[in-house]
Amino acid sequence: MRYHPLSEADRNAMLATIGVSSIEALYADAPPATLLKKPLDLPSGKSEQGVERFFARLAARNMPASRAPFFVGAGAYKHHIPASVDHLIQRSEFLTSYTPYQPEISQGTLQYLFEFQTQVALLTGMEVANASMYDGSTATAEAVLMAHRVTKRRKALLSGGLHPHYAEVVRTISRLAEDEVETMAPDIRAAEDLVARIDDTLSCVVVQTPDVFGNLRDLTKIAEACHRNGALLIAVFTEAVSLGLLKSPGAMGADIVVGEGQSIGNSLNFGGPYVGLFATRHEFLRQMPGRLAGESVDADGKRSYVLTLSTREQHIRRDKATSNICTNSGLCALAFTIHLTLLGEAGLTRLARVNHANAVLLAQMLEGVPKVEVLNATFFNEFTLRIEGDAAALVERMAARGVLAGVPVSRLLPRAGLDDLLLVATTEVNTQEDRDAFVAALKESL
Amino acid sequence: MLDRPAVVEPLDDDKTPATFTGNRGLDQEEPLIFEIGRLDATGVDIDDPAPVATRLGALERNVPIGLPGLTEPETMRHYVRLSRKNYSIDAGLYPLGSCTMKHNPRSNEKIARYEGFADLHPLQPQSTAQGALELMQILADWLMALTNMQAVAMSPKAGAHGELCGMMAIKSAIAARGESATRNVVLIPQSAHGTNPATAALLGFSVRVVPAAADGTVRAEAVKEALAPDVAAIMLTNPNTCGLFFYCDGANFNAIAGVARPGDFGIDAMHINLHKTFSTPHGGGGPGAGPVVLSERLAPFAPVPFIRRNGDALELVEAAVGTQSFGRLTAFHGQMGMFVRALAYMLAHGGDGVAQASKDAVLSANYVRASLRDVMTQPFGDRICMHEVLFDDAWLRGTGVTTLDFAKAMIDEGYHPMTIYFPLVVHGAMLIEPTESESKASLDLFIATLRDLARSAKAGEVARFGPAPRLAPRRRVDEALAARKPVLRWERKTATI
Repeated sequence: MRYHPLSEADRNAMLATIGVSSIEALYADAPPATLLKKPLDLPSGKSEQGVERFFARLAARNMPASRAPFFVGAGAYKHHIPASVDHLIQRSEFLTSYTPYQPEISQGTLQYLFEFQTQVALLTGMEVANASMYDGSTATAEAVLMAHRVTKRRKALLSGGLHPHYAEVVRTISRLAEDEVETMAPDIRAAEDLVARIDDTLSCVVVQTPDVFGNLRDLTKIAEACHRNGALLIAVFTEAVSLGLLKSPGAMGADIVVGEGQSIGNSLNFGGPYVGLFATRHEFLRQMPGRLAGESVDADGKRSYVLTLSTREQHIRRDKATSNICTNSGLCALAFTIHLTLLGEAGLTRLARVNHANAVLLAQMLEGVPKVEVLNATFFNEFTLRIEGDAAALVERMAARGVLAGVPVSRLLPRAGLDDLLLVATTEVNTQEDRDAFVAALKESL
Repeated sequence: MLDRPAVVEPLDDDKTPATFTGNRGLDQEEPLIFEIGRLDATGVDIDDPAPVATRLGALERNVPIGLPGLTEPETMRHYVRLSRKNYSIDAGLYPLGSCTMKHNPRSNEKIARYEGFADLHPLQPQSTAQGALELMQILADWLMALTNMQAVAMSPKAGAHGELCGMMAIKSAIAARGESATRNVVLIPQSAHGTNPATAALLGFSVRVVPAAADGTVRAEAVKEALAPDVAAIMLTNPNTCGLFFYCDGANFNAIAGVARPGDFGIDAMHINLHKTFSTPHGGGGPGAGPVVLSERLAPFAPVPFIRRNGDALELVEAAVGTQSFGRLTAFHGQMGMFVRALAYMLAHGGDGVAQASKDAVLSANYVRASLRDVMTQPFGDRICMHEVLFDDAWLRGTGVTTLDFAKAMIDEGYHPMTIYFPLVVHGAMLIEPTESESKASLDLFIATLRDLARSAKAGEVARFGPAPRLAPRRRVDEALAARKPVLRWERKTATI
């Protein structure tokens, strides 16, 4: 087997040193009944070529984003990733290292995490950020738990514009942790009155902008109402590129900002791995979950980085920890930080403008199509389309015509009576030909 | 055993001259991106946006963010220089106990990047992603076959997330039996990983610690003594059935995969770290993947989404409504990128190859044990170990050298240290896991190095330990300072950008 360096001669020599006659003897402590008497009924090993052939056949049964005019978003976005990003994250020293527990031989990882934390803090308009969470949805659930710790209250209010899967993740953990959650009705046009619902029993209010229907939300008044009532405002985003063009959640008064970082540096990957971003204010630092890289000095006085404030974490605090998180999304955070460094402020702003302009162009074209209606007054690179008929069936018909048209709202909110709504996302990868193909396929499929 | 010089010449700082740049040959210092980047610099050329009237309402940003940019050559140099400050499994033996740092095949990286997997959206029509669902199902079948369990939840994102999933299923099953009010305690051994108590506490369980016996194992008597009607679950590795549920921490599956099946021990739930046993790269701290195998009595409570066969097609069930599922753990379907790599590892090995990997891992750990047992001490006597060998610091007593010093001296010898001070119940613990990826020559040099360091410590050559490491990119880092005055981001101190 090409991955196993030991030869039979090596194994025999090692057994002699150990003083046993066979490898099986090393399992002598296990109750004999638990050891397999014969090999499992599993296929035997394949050559590298054989393995690749197997996966190529599976891959061929999928329709990748790059092979079709592509307008699918709702929490994961297709963007162009510079080749240097993927090259750099495959450097052995990044790809095949462990969590940086030995700082003297992990400064590469620790410094990029420190840079990542700074970029996330700047982007969100917050004071501190952690070294990443699993994804945007788990970061949101962790933010709610953190708000409970900070406020010593245990009730969250979720906006009807929050991604329904994010809301489900929050509700699942809250129900099992015996915390309370109230969820507003689906809020297609950003019309809900959250301020009227905020009182001093709430630990936090969770609002997404751009919301799942694409609407942009001004958080200022919600933040003020939260603060009057001693609650925290948790702002969520699922499209990080939007922060290049929009006011930051921090500037609008958010106390915790969480989001999905996939769209900068990371591929779609059918849903994972992604990278959760998590930022907050200094005053809440000790209640923040997740790893943190901090600056220090070494014995020679040289600037150095090290994992810090681990007294919050499970390996020290055990059942008193702020979270059970251990492994997070190091390499996805690296892809994020490299791509964002390549973009810089100038590139990110420009990228965000192109995304927005492409969405406006598509919306303008759709506004001329009978039997469809763009519902949004505002949007970034995604909006909601009302169509005549069932959006899920429409998406299938458009896919048969070679266009991946978007996400039917019924897939996220089944049985909510929203079967005629379609979420349409467009990014810098979409060309005028793509938009023409979308409109043509739509007209044929309606 | 290799012949090594009996005495290692003490290190002498005077021999390494100070340099103008602070660099030392290939060891190059690198500033932060905030110190070298510019607000107007970019490494990505982007076409002009179409001239349109924006639809941003009043929410367009009107102040700078402050993000520095670098051109592509500058970016390459920055990150390549940073990378060279890291140790990696590709560069050397990485004996971190309970972390399973084994070889990461590059074929798996290549396959994970096939556009049919990497460029697939989680919410595109299922009819256009049947190959991806098939892949998830094949991986699930392998995991169930290797463990003899009845179901698997694929969505957990890492080991701790898998623990959360398993314990959520247990809590839901207890609720379904109407025992929520009475069963609310989880038994956890003293030696357990910190994620176990953290997970139990997160779900509102009380943690009752089971003390370890003198030999470090958890004895049935100790468990029996801790058992009571209020016990909901136990998180350890011995089978037990008293109406409670048995959660197994599968972080260490690499000792038994293909050799024994946890389902045969009567467990109810176990997470499997694909980033350990199945070699998906650890990436400097993730991403991982932690699918959870479940027993028949927990299977109905598994989280959404899950895959169901529907005629010729596979269907992803995404709504918990109408099922007993406890709900949803994450926005999408799990770590697909890791699933591809883990399944590629399994197919390359085959069933017999997976078993051989486990056996070689156990053999290598025992070889290290047998080769060091006369110079280092084991807390519970010299006994056959599984895939990792545990030493304590009794043999260092009176030398002035601590476990930490010993670990840092290993860095100067070109090794990543073993896991130290874990498990917590062993004084000055050193937990070594060589894995099956090392050649005998590599193990022999590692053993010879540790023997030489041990001899040196006992001979009172403290200069080799106290100041160590001296040959790494950094000397010992002041962790107390970092925690006392947290500096967690760059702040503008001068008008550099």
